[in-house]
Amino acid sequence: MEKHRKPYWRTALQVGLVAGVVLLYLGTIGMLAAFQEREVIYEIVSLGQILIVFPSLVGGWMAARRVQAHGASPVVAIASSVLAGIAAAVPTLIMLVINANVENVRDVLVNINRDWVDIVTFGNRDDLLAGAVLLLVVLAVASAVGALLTLLPGKLRSALIFTSALVLLVGMFGETVRQILQQLLPRETLDSIYRRTSLRVGPAVIIFVLGFIGSYFWAYRKETASRSAPRAANVTPRSLTQRIIVFIVLAIVLLALPLIVGRALSDILVTVGLYVLMGLGLNIAIGLAGLLDLGYVTNYAVGAYICAVLTSTGTLGLTGGQMSFWVVIPIALVAAMITGFLLAMPVLKMRGDYLAIATLGFGEILGTLAISDWLRPVIGGAQGVLFIPKPNFFGTELVNPEQLYYIVLAACAITLFISIRLNNSRVGRRWMAIREDEDVAAAMGIDTARAKLLAFTISAATGGVAGAIFAAKVGTVFPNSFTVFVSINVLSLIILGGMGSNPGIVVGAIALVGMPELLREFSEYRWLIYGALLIFMMLNRPEGLIPSKVRQRELAAESPPESTPNPTSAAQPAIGD
Amino acid sequence: MASVPVARRRRFEDFSWVDFIINALRFIIIALVIIGSANTLLSGRFTFEQWVSLFVAGLAQGSIYALIALGYTLVYGILLMINFAHGEVFMSGALTTVFLAHAFDRSGFLNSQPLLAIIILIIFAGLVSMSVALLLERLAYRPLRSAPRLVPLITAIGASFFLQYTFRGFFGSQFRSYPAVDALKGSLEIGTINIPIVQPVVFIAALVLMGGLYWLVERTKLGKAMRAVSEDKEVSRLMGIDIDQIIMFTFAIGGMLAGAAGVINGLFRPQGVNFFMGFVPGIKAFTAAVLGGIGNIRGAMLGGLFLGVIEAVGPNLIFNGLGIPGSNQLKDVIAFTMLVLVLIFRPQGLLGERLTEKKA
Repeated sequence: MEKHRKPYWRTALQVGLVAGVVLLYLGTIGMLAAFQEREVIYEIVSLGQILIVFPSLVGGWMAARRVQAHGASPVVAIASSVLAGIAAAVPTLIMLVINANVENVRDVLVNINRDWVDIVTFGNRDDLLAGAVLLLVVLAVASAVGALLTLLPGKLRSALIFTSALVLLVGMFGETVRQILQQLLPRETLDSIYRRTSLRVGPAVIIFVLGFIGSYFWAYRKETASRSAPRAANVTPRSLTQRIIVFIVLAIVLLALPLIVGRALSDILVTVGLYVLMGLGLNIAIGLAGLLDLGYVTNYAVGAYICAVLTSTGTLGLTGGQMSFWVVIPIALVAAMITGFLLAMPVLKMRGDYLAIATLGFGEILGTLAISDWLRPVIGGAQGVLFIPKPNFFGTELVNPEQLYYIVLAACAITLFISIRLNNSRVGRRWMAIREDEDVAAAMGIDTARAKLLAFTISAATGGVAGAIFAAKVGTVFPNSFTVFVSINVLSLIILGGMGSNPGIVVGAIALVGMPELLREFSEYRWLIYGALLIFMMLNRPEGLIPSKVRQRELAAESPPESTPNPTSAAQPAIGD
Repeated sequence: MASVPVARRRRFEDFSWVDFIINALRFIIIALVIIGSANTLLSGRFTFEQWVSLFVAGLAQGSIYALIALGYTLVYGILLMINFAHGEVFMSGALTTVFLAHAFDRSGFLNSQPLLAIIILIIFAGLVSMSVALLLERLAYRPLRSAPRLVPLITAIGASFFLQYTFRGFFGSQFRSYPAVDALKGSLEIGTINIPIVQPVVFIAALVLMGGLYWLVERTKLGKAMRAVSEDKEVSRLMGIDIDQIIMFTFAIGGMLAGAAGVINGLFRPQGVNFFMGFVPGIKAFTAAVLGGIGNIRGAMLGGLFLGVIEAVGPNLIFNGLGIPGSNQLKDVIAFTMLVLVLIFRPQGLLGERLTEKKA
């Protein structure tokens, strides 16, 4: 494609500098310092150190791949990646020099502080020169490792990457893994694996070796299997008995989950479940009908406030705590559906981005009203509604998250069932038709207004239920819990999992809601990561991690024209001259 | 948009219940506005002077909305996409420049040469916001130009949060106020009406910037190219216009105006700036752009001023008359209701009719 090939060193410098800017960015926003505190392997590897070398590792990999694509030999590739690694240190070194010579950098960039200097110089705060050299060497080595990875045979490489990720995860989620293992293993065994929450060296090496052997053989077996059998044979649909077995196993695991993971994790599971519930609901509007609803939080808020006002034993409670949680659930559901219906009515004729902005506007309007003095006598203004009792199940109060988990699980199961049935129904097909092309759908005789109204109304229902359960779980309801962030959260998890894909929503909720709850460091950067993730997914994988079958087929059908170069961009230089 | 031929419904025949409900909504809102305003005006709760000062404050705020709205409108005119992250472009300029402003204040430059200092601040903020807008275009939006319409919108939402929390990481989350400029402290006395001098200054500064933009778009070759691209990309490409370059220029100009608006806003509002300051003004400026007819430059200016005035006068005029307590808390409700109403009843805006079925 390019007539004049760029010299290798320029490619390497370019990639290296990008990696360097990323590294400086990570330091400047304080991520390095925040992640430094979590040790993956006790006293040897911390998450912050991994974060320092990661950009150069990827940079080295990319530099090596690029120069190899232009015919460079392996030695040249490694040399280029070393150059890239050195270049990757440059932006951070410049910032170090600035920081050493200018006094009040900290007043402006709050995270360029001593902690940061400590991290990027690997503890050589007092001897900056040594620290700088160390940084250069470390990044160059990391970059060379990245290049070496490109030279390894595929099986070995994927096994290596997989195992490193495994050790990283086991170490990173040490707290969680410990909590789960607590019920199975004696304390001494645990202490020999983990030192507080970080892995000890020995177990880390053992996990690494075992994981490496396992994944290598798995890759080996898969390769021989796919060589002996044609590809198509691998994707035969599972038989009915197989599916039933999978279903039963899944059900048992889900039912036993709170017993396995303990109280603290069950609490997180409930939150994840609430987001799964909302995700399943919003997915009907976004994934099936293609209606980008950014005001989904209104339904959640309506459910929560209905539950709060009807059951609260405080001054704002309408029944003085007489009404049962189980009666409130259907009321919250219906109320959310009515809200969804009413708010959908005016926006039926809008499309795409206008719809998104209008629904966002609804969310903001209701949020402002909830805080205002006007509605204070009813819903308590900024103070919110207090004293919401826990649900009562045949005389026992469901106080623990383990117990609440089953309510959420039941709600999710019902919603999932309805969602799957809707997906395959006439209504579902109508929605998909509208998603693909509203005008054509109307021309085919679909009453688009009614179908859209139905989508909004049904999708609102689960939001109401989730809100009611949320209110009962936390016991107090404030307007601050119902901001646009909830809507964005639900949207992000749908996008991550794959629009219109139900399993994707579960994965998305675990990744986006569960992870930040488990890792304090992540929760600080949660919105940053969400934003980056939305952009990344849209650029690289718009169908999501687990795309729905329909989407997969659509994308497969679309791919041939997409692979041809875009006429506007490709033809541009020729005419622009 | 209602003209899409819908297959004849069996039960409702020609009667559209959606239209019916929307019309009912229209009546209710008009009635509420009239009743509220009449009540307030008849009760004489506010003097004429109070109305005038509210109006002028609204104009000043509105001119800031207008500057931001121009960024939305320019980008929409060319790419037909809502740059949801434009509020963050505004924030980036305002938040970064606050440090320079304080440096100027400490060295005494701000008060010895206020005009020059403010112009330098505006240029600096414009450059910061411009770089953010250009990066955004290059990294996030350009690869998606031929993607389905929801894809760039979701990207823009992602970019919005990414930028907010990036700047939070850079500068921390606390509010930082712009230093007070002595020259802007006094107030003008016209008869019995008392107007803080900063308000007309903000208004005039914004007018100058908007005039510059108008000249750029209507009188220069670049502006002509921009108009051509917004008319038809393919044909303008055939005429030898480098589309990528024009789109970059558009983002750059929109970003500069937003950055300038950031500084002006900082001088005008004492409560300070932080990383989240761009979100609500962003949506409001979008409202202003839609109000004037998105894609229409004059419309954005007019829409911004209109929204500012409505927002300043509205709560006292309408909500007070309806007997709603704490009416000033509901300022945002007016703006967002306005947004929804315009989208429902006049999606083409006050001035525009550009928004056809295909684009909506």
